[in-house]
Amino acid sequence: MPALTDYLSMGGHAAFIWPAYGVAVVVLFALVMVSLRTLKANEIAVREIEATRPRRRRRNAETDNDDA
Amino acid sequence: MSSLHRFANPARFLRISAIVLPWCSWLAALTIAAGLYVGFFTSPADYQQGETVRIMYVHVPSAWMALFVYTVMAVSCATGLIWKHPLAHVIAQAAAPIGACFTIICLITGSLWGKPMWGTWWVWDARLTSVLVLFFLYLGYIALSGAFDNPARGEKAAAILALVGFVNVPIIKFSVEWWNTLHQPASVIRAGMPSIHLSMLIPLLLMAIGFTLFFVSLLLVRVKSELLARRLRALRLSEIHRAGAV
Repeated sequence: MPALTDYLSMGGHAAFIWPAYGVAVVVLFALVMVSLRTLKANEIAVREIEATRPRRRRRNAETDNDDA
Repeated sequence: MSSLHRFANPARFLRISAIVLPWCSWLAALTIAAGLYVGFFTSPADYQQGETVRIMYVHVPSAWMALFVYTVMAVSCATGLIWKHPLAHVIAQAAAPIGACFTIICLITGSLWGKPMWGTWWVWDARLTSVLVLFFLYLGYIALSGAFDNPARGEKAAAILALVGFVNVPIIKFSVEWWNTLHQPASVIRAGMPSIHLSMLIPLLLMAIGFTLFFVSLLLVRVKSELLARRLRALRLSEIHRAGAV
């Protein structure tokens, strides 16, 4: 256990070394999460619009026929 | 250019990226894990800087990435402006936030390294200031590309900003030689030979390769997302047109 606390203290520079890595992890992790979430949201939105598309096209085709 | 145009088709790009992405992201995770292990457990403390030298394994690779991503962005912007390559602006827009994140990591970790070694969090020396300018260039690019009602105009204006801002990249690189800076000059490669010990060079290179693979993986995800966003815009526009027509 003393070996671990000794290691974690980083020769007295723990207050600088661990936050440096912490910042990198937090920033990169946040960027990955935001990117994946945006991708998912865009995928769902495109799928939703495309799912309504063929029906509308058919309806438009019908109205076109009615007009004719 | 013909080989580049093979990837011009977004559908083909997405097919290739679906194959590359899992490999690339797992390799990135493995290399970063190996880099962290070697950096924290097998590499020695510096004889002058003590344990704080370990900040180097995150600070230096993120600084390299900050410059590398900006270069990728500038090349994409030039390709988009000159050859109207359909993916070019998409790639630049997808890359910008990643580059901005690496730059802010570089600035913060540098500050955390500077306090115990230099006795100050920040100095307005040429290296630090030019990297801060790089961060603002990234933010400016992101803001400008979203600032127009017409996205095509936005991406063109932002691309010009990115290209003008590219002059900052060699300034950052050579700032430590041109001016007297508190920041040390490059020491990884000097006169063609690595000038740091292998025990520190290996974790540094592992982290750099890991960060590059991480960048490529995240870029593929973000490009896909941006292509979908553009498709969404086009679909919504055609909806409006149809609603107007009916």
